[in-house]
Amino acid sequence: MTTALPSSPQGHGHAHGEAEHENHSLTGFIIFLCSESVIFLAFFSGFALLKTSAINWLPAGVEGLEWRMPLLNTVVLVSSSGTIWLAEILKARGSLWGFRVLWLLTMALGAYFLYGQAVEWSGLSFGFTSGVFGGTFYLLTGFHGLHVATGVLLMTLMLIKSFIPGNYDRGEQGVQATSLFWHFVDVIWIILFVLIYVWQRH
Amino acid sequence: MTSATFPASEPQPSWTRYFSFNTDAKVIGIQYIVVSFFFFLIGGLLAMIIRGELITPEADLVDRTVYNGIYTMHGTIMLFLFIFPVLNGLNNLLIPTMIGAPDMAFPRLNAVAFWLVPIFGGLLIASFFVPGGPAYSGWWSYPPVSIQNPLGHLVSGQGLWLTAVALSGVSSIMGAVNFVTTIIRMRAPGMGLFRMPVFCWTALAAQSLQLIGLPALTGGAVMLLFDLVAGTSFYRPEGGGDPVLYQHFFWFYSHPAVYVIILPVFGVFSELFPVYSRKPLFGYVYVALASFIIVGLGLVVWVHHMFPSGVAQWMRNLFMVTTMLIAVPTGVKVFAWLGTLWRGKLRLTTPMLFCLGGLFNFVFAGITGIMLATVPVDIHVSNTYFVVGHFHYVIYGAAVMGVFAAIYHWFPKFIGRMPYEGLGKLHFLLTFVGANLNFLPMHPLGLMGMPRRVSSYDPEFAFWNVMASLGAFLLGVSIIPFLLNMVSSWVRGPKATHNPWNAIGLEWLLPSPPPEDNFGEHVPTVISRPYGYGTGEPLVENQEAIERALTLQEARA
Ligand code: HEM
Ligand SMILES: [Cu+2]
Repeated sequence: MTTALPSSPQGHGHAHGEAEHENHSLTGFIIFLCSESVIFLAFFSGFALLKTSAINWLPAGVEGLEWRMPLLNTVVLVSSSGTIWLAEILKARGSLWGFRVLWLLTMALGAYFLYGQAVEWSGLSFGFTSGVFGGTFYLLTGFHGLHVATGVLLMTLMLIKSFIPGNYDRGEQGVQATSLFWHFVDVIWIILFVLIYVWQRH
Repeated sequence: MTSATFPASEPQPSWTRYFSFNTDAKVIGIQYIVVSFFFFLIGGLLAMIIRGELITPEADLVDRTVYNGIYTMHGTIMLFLFIFPVLNGLNNLLIPTMIGAPDMAFPRLNAVAFWLVPIFGGLLIASFFVPGGPAYSGWWSYPPVSIQNPLGHLVSGQGLWLTAVALSGVSSIMGAVNFVTTIIRMRAPGMGLFRMPVFCWTALAAQSLQLIGLPALTGGAVMLLFDLVAGTSFYRPEGGGDPVLYQHFFWFYSHPAVYVIILPVFGVFSELFPVYSRKPLFGYVYVALASFIIVGLGLVVWVHHMFPSGVAQWMRNLFMVTTMLIAVPTGVKVFAWLGTLWRGKLRLTTPMLFCLGGLFNFVFAGITGIMLATVPVDIHVSNTYFVVGHFHYVIYGAAVMGVFAAIYHWFPKFIGRMPYEGLGKLHFLLTFVGANLNFLPMHPLGLMGMPRRVSSYDPEFAFWNVMASLGAFLLGVSIIPFLLNMVSSWVRGPKATHNPWNAIGLEWLLPSPPPEDNFGEHVPTVISRPYGYGTGEPLVENQEAIERALTLQEARA
């Protein structure tokens, strides 16, 4: 039972294939990232509040934090933001293999960061329950580390998808979204590094 | 595009789709609403137990510790399992149809967000049956009470509570990302932001608040969970932590949460007053923009819940001022509604009655709200029944009544049948009288000094408590005509036409109920602002032809 009707001249369709849906994905992802950043904002402001107001910030027997290894980690993560950016440029120029190589390099740098973090954790003399100092340290670095791990997983997924024939024909935006996420993780780390390691309090 | 055809009412698919992982926003919307009313009944039953206990001064109905669990679960269920899900149900029904989208931007995410609701609802209900009973630290779950685990079990009522609230956060964020993306990207051609119905404006504003506020609560709740189960000291002074920090996290979200609740109800008022007074919405642009001024201000008032919690004096003063400022955009809306009603041809249908009653209650709550914003008054009545009275006027008196208005108004559109007016009016009468009888006495009680969260009280408070309890039982009864109405009109109510209220809006240019993809390929082009009542201006191109086709189709059916 249909009634013929003149359709509007600008004949618009939302259901016009995947391309438009993928567009929504990037928008949705950006909105999600904005929201996600508020959790970090909450953790950071809570951390700053506790750190400034604590009478004894460092637990007994802890001298402060060793910063050389984390600094190396910082350099690694910041450069991985560069490599992922290059990867995207290469992809835009149509060099799929160049993209894959740099993408893989970014993944390696991310994995190295996680490794460095694990080494640092295992050498520490305080734990999650060592007062607010220990609690906030593991909470912040752990929650950030979870994001790094998620980023590496996302990159793995994108790398695999890049081998699917015709994957990019319909305006696939996963690569863009992943790289945005990676820059986000990077910026968060820089703030975290300043708050935890550069700002020393006894 | 092949031969242009008009969306027709399809043969009704089977009812089993309501029990499946369906991705149609209209099915999900109804799922949300039905499930939320299931929890409304549970939360309401708990409220009846509370009021039953309080009808006498002695603690005689339930044990004191049980009472703590009951009001905690009442508040939690009503907020996280009733009011948020029911509003998300309205969002699902209304946003796509009002903006002419075939569905939400992410239909599968939408379904996942919905199915999380019964899951965390089940978890929360299950906490009644764990050793030690459900959480008993109030709906706000402040430490140090909330980080005690006297029995030492890994699974405690408080732990389940935190898990459920965290899952509710996840579900709400999924929903918010979806709603915001849909509104930003999927509007019909010609529908600029300032041609968008106010309900969509308020939904956009409310969901932005979710996106900004919820993560803070989630962060705070994660830390609370660690304090509870892992022995950290984020909120334990013994380990250098600070219990007030939790209050900041909690209220940074939970104050905006009241706007998440009330903004869509403002949207409902703004949609319905024009329909039932046959006049355009007065000051449309200001009403729309005021929503975002409320968002901005709503994010910087949270400390008004912490006036007695030991915050600096300058903070109290600052947050008193910001809180009072919110009255300005809110007042703009109230005056716009009054301006709309002024000299209108009022039709007192059930939805209109609920709107008028809701507006009345809201104005009353606004006055007590301004009183509470004043630091000296607040310190005096904080944690008394005055506060309980105030927020129930907002939540039951305004928000729940607004939700009922919306349900009666859009029921014909999405179910395809008319609700019964007589039962509807009875429901309104019982609700309005019951709510006022229930919640008004709480104000004198609070001023006299009766604390909240107690199961026994001084006999001098008895009179007002008896009144309140009678009102509560009336509210309990009021739900019967509502449920009767919904079930019987769904099953055998008169068939609804595409536009039974003579309303203006894209959703009213769809058959009742709309086909699965709404307008499909034939989204009309919007050519004017909404609410053109009495102006004769068409909303979309070819409006007459579309309406003629719909009427013809109805005549043939
Ligand atoms: C059936 C009608 C209702 C009645 C009779 C009722 C009654 C009450 C009473 C007497 C209290 C205070 C308990 C105490 O402090 O000892 C209370 C608390 C509360 N109610 Fe309701 N209520 C009703 C509906 C609602 C609704 C619809 C909502 C929200 C959507 C709601 C949200 C709350 C919250 C958040 C609390 C605070 C719980 C706490 O202190 O932690 N109530 N209610
Ligand atoms: Cu507030």
